[in-house]
Amino acid sequence: MSGFAPAGDPVIPDYGQASDCVINNGFFCTDWFASQWSTVFWPPLVDHIYMVLIAVVVGFLIAFTAALIAYRKKWLAGPIGVAATFLYTLPPLALFQLLVPFTGLTLLTVEIALVCFTLVIIFQAVLAGLAAVPDDVKRSAVGMGLDTKQLMLKVELPLALPSIISGLRIATVLTVSVATIAAFVVDSGLGSPILKAVSSPFNTQFIAAGALAVLLAFVLDGLLVLIGRILTPWTRVRI
Amino acid sequence: MDVLVGAFPFMTANFALLLEKTGEHLVISLIPLLAAIVVGVPLGVWLGHIHKGEFLAVSITNIGRALPSLALIAILIGIVGIGMLNAMIALFLLAFPPILSYAFQAVDSVDADLTKAARGMGLAPMQVLTKVELPLGLPMIISGIRTAAVLTVSSATIATIAGSGGLGDVILNQVAYGMEGVIAAALWVAVLAILVDQVFVLLLKIASPAGVKHLQRAAVAA
Repeated sequence: MSGFAPAGDPVIPDYGQASDCVINNGFFCTDWFASQWSTVFWPPLVDHIYMVLIAVVVGFLIAFTAALIAYRKKWLAGPIGVAATFLYTLPPLALFQLLVPFTGLTLLTVEIALVCFTLVIIFQAVLAGLAAVPDDVKRSAVGMGLDTKQLMLKVELPLALPSIISGLRIATVLTVSVATIAAFVVDSGLGSPILKAVSSPFNTQFIAAGALAVLLAFVLDGLLVLIGRILTPWTRVRI
Repeated sequence: MDVLVGAFPFMTANFALLLEKTGEHLVISLIPLLAAIVVGVPLGVWLGHIHKGEFLAVSITNIGRALPSLALIAILIGIVGIGMLNAMIALFLLAFPPILSYAFQAVDSVDADLTKAARGMGLAPMQVLTKVELPLGLPMIISGIRTAAVLTVSSATIATIAGSGGLGDVILNQVAYGMEGVIAAALWVAVLAILVDQVFVLLLKIASPAGVKHLQRAAVAA
């Protein structure tokens, strides 16, 4: 115990305990990932899931309604399709920035842009699904005495379900990927650990956040496949 | 609203800057796109022609779609370092999956009756490919390229975090260019993406044989 040493903990924390992997900026440091999971990765992951779910649900509601209208009034299908494709073509980052003057650096900005990306995919999937219902089936349903509403609810929508689900799958996976870019606007989602690591390139943070986004996409995709299977039991009936 | 209006004086005042950034933007997005076309279209067409590799094409598409461009560019900073090469590799990896899978599906989904009829008329397998499958599959091949083109042009804005230049430099540098500059560049990128998309629509119209025009009208509308 020398006379100069302060009592208790050192004032300057000891940073010399990082593993070799962290010091050498290895490709993926499992120990660092495990120790930082609860602060660096888990909260953005939860934010990311919320962001994607809100976008897909809102996008689905809008696109589904639009598709039903376009299915009834065929002449509307063209204009709605063109508008949706236009929104889809806009680069995500550009769309985020264009919205900032109106809605600010908020989650609302992000959600509006994300919803715009889901629209075209879901709209086309619903419309294609409805259009693919065979005329024979529709005519026999009408012959059995179903009115327009029953025809839609009991025949057309169930038969269009596989196409609708596949559209939802694509939209969800795409939204998970685009939502990383939201980090340029709000400090939220899996893009934020990536952006934070850019200024001092630390591989583990890039790779872990990127891998989590990809994993999340696959998990949500799998869930939708499962929901699709539960909702369409008749597609698996063996004759 | 003022900022949106202010974007237009910025465009005229900084026209040279925007033009230079657009040049960089096109270089970093179109070179990877061309590379992906050169590799992806022949590979996809060939796999579709022999009706093999469906699993490969589908899984590459799924992974490609799920892969966040931001994560890809960030990971490549660790591997390749910063600069244009990083962005180009990342954009190539993003452009490749849609091009490959559309090219595969385009040829693979050509009506088997047609290819059989073509064989019956005495066409060699290579002739079936060039005279039947390619013309019929062209709309779908081009729509894969359109998807990839829009993807690369829009993702190239993010590539600026890897120091590759392009319009992302302006969009992500509000400190230097102000909100007007950011909006101006964002509008510029949006127009650029739509223009690139339309160029390929035009290309499809020019390159396609008259006999399959009516098929293409349906494909372009979709």
